Amino acid sequence: MNFETIIGLEVHVELKTNTKIFSSAPSHFGAEPNKNIHVTDLAYPGVMPVLNKSVVDFGMKAAMALNCDIADVMHFDRKHYFYPDNPKAYQISQEDRPIGVGGWVEIEVDGKKKKIRLNRIHLEEDAGKLTHTEHGYSLVDLNRQGTPLIEIVSEADIRSADEAYAFLEKLKAIIEYTGVSDCRMEEGSLRCDANISLRPVGQKEFGTKTELKNLNSFNFVRRGIIKEVERQEKILLSGGVIEQETRRYDESTGDTVLMRIKGSADDYRFINDPDLPEIHIDEDWKARIRAEIPELPDARKDRYMNELGLPAYDAMVLTLTKEMSDFYEATVEAGADPKLASNWLMGEVSAYLNAEQKELAETKLTPEGLTSMIKLIEDGTISSKIAKKVFKELIEKGGIADDIVKAKGLVQISDEGTLRKMVAETLEANPQSIVDYKDGKGRALGFLVGQIMKASKGQANPQLVNKILLEEIEKH
Amino acid sequence: MTKVTKEELLAVADRAMLALTDEEADLFTEDLATFIGYADKLNELDLENVVPMTHALQQINVMREDVERDVLDRDEMLRSVKEHQNGEIKVPTILS
Repeated sequence: MNFETIIGLEVHVELKTNTKIFSSAPSHFGAEPNKNIHVTDLAYPGVMPVLNKSVVDFGMKAAMALNCDIADVMHFDRKHYFYPDNPKAYQISQEDRPIGVGGWVEIEVDGKKKKIRLNRIHLEEDAGKLTHTEHGYSLVDLNRQGTPLIEIVSEADIRSADEAYAFLEKLKAIIEYTGVSDCRMEEGSLRCDANISLRPVGQKEFGTKTELKNLNSFNFVRRGIIKEVERQEKILLSGGVIEQETRRYDESTGDTVLMRIKGSADDYRFINDPDLPEIHIDEDWKARIRAEIPELPDARKDRYMNELGLPAYDAMVLTLTKEMSDFYEATVEAGADPKLASNWLMGEVSAYLNAEQKELAETKLTPEGLTSMIKLIEDGTISSKIAKKVFKELIEKGGIADDIVKAKGLVQISDEGTLRKMVAETLEANPQSIVDYKDGKGRALGFLVGQIMKASKGQANPQLVNKILLEEIEKH
Repeated sequence: MTKVTKEELLAVADRAMLALTDEEADLFTEDLATFIGYADKLNELDLENVVPMTHALQQINVMREDVERDVLDRDEMLRSVKEHQNGEIKVPTILS
């Protein structure tokens, strides 16, 4: 029997406002435990939550960028549960009237475009962080308690682990472009749970789903889904039934592990939060936020293809993060050839960032620096081999390529007389290669070019070397 | 009128983590039935197209500017905590 995979994702994104959603304590990551605390976060008797206006602005901006309809009237609800990560014993969230409904994200997998519909986007507060010890107690840090979140709930439109990956990648890019979140999975500012079920191909009804948690990177999302699909398939094929349960992805084994069976215990006793009055969002407010939304990745991608003539792949890769895309724009603006700038950013620059585990902003490379180097390659001042040396200097120490080339004497040798002399010396030292070449062994030519480049410390102009070498060989 | 059984009452109490004596359970079963009885009265009306009222007050858009203030002093805060360690609050482990 063949099965169709049905996936819906729930994504939590922390908004980078200055302060928390309902208290005036700072909400940034990385402070000492329990330093970013306000009495409201501790639920002291008599405290009242007051909504941070920027949270509504930020949430609305993300919802608009994701094509949602924005609520005219919204309110907050209490979702009750008992756990020490939230001293109120309820999380303030939006159940009935969220800030945004509907919406969609367009993805592309294997060259096929597809719209993944969104069910809703709502505002809520994050909980504190618990560290479990092996001595029967846990340690609570409430800095994160009250950090503003948006929860983005997709429809069950996703059909494979690759589509889930593409969805997250695009969602992250869009939100990052709006500037409302850093979307850093490693810092927990973007988190994802996946609802996964299978159904026989052709069947209309959905099968029983499981919820998969602890997916701490996009790759874990992909691997976790693949594993969970395998597990469910095996059970169904052997005649078993899928239990509705919450499972955890185990990074060390790559398997999914049972956390708990879902049941009647999942009753959060939702009520409207009487402490928080309704929020009415009028057309002026919506228009003001809409005007603040910058050009989004898809629009940029189209512009790179249509105006700068980039291939679709380049345009897609360059627009994945706003940082890379902004850097690319500045490089082209500074006068670099658009395709060469793209090649360098996607090639050497990305390789360097991956190897060093760094972000572009953490290096010394500037758009002007990259442009200066590309120009020197274009006008033949340096060879692409030398350029790699210059590049290393630029990304590690900064500056302009012209200065580096001058200081290190890396200018390409294009003087015919000098090159002809080098070629003659090399031929003299390698008579056998001349014979080999004349016997039709093409490889001998490559060897000779290599010897000349070596003798010139990589500075000889390779095109000229080739030309002169052929001329000189004929003379023998 | 809507009936509330003692079992239902006890299930609600359990979710709210309330331990009730047998007498209390009987008492609150009756009270709860009375409360829900008010809603039954409203249900006599056709409320198909009526937006639920979420608040008694007519205030809307009560918000504050995104400015940091009144941050608690941690040492002060930890004075009202039973046990703590390196600035974190110690609690019994519930799940791990």
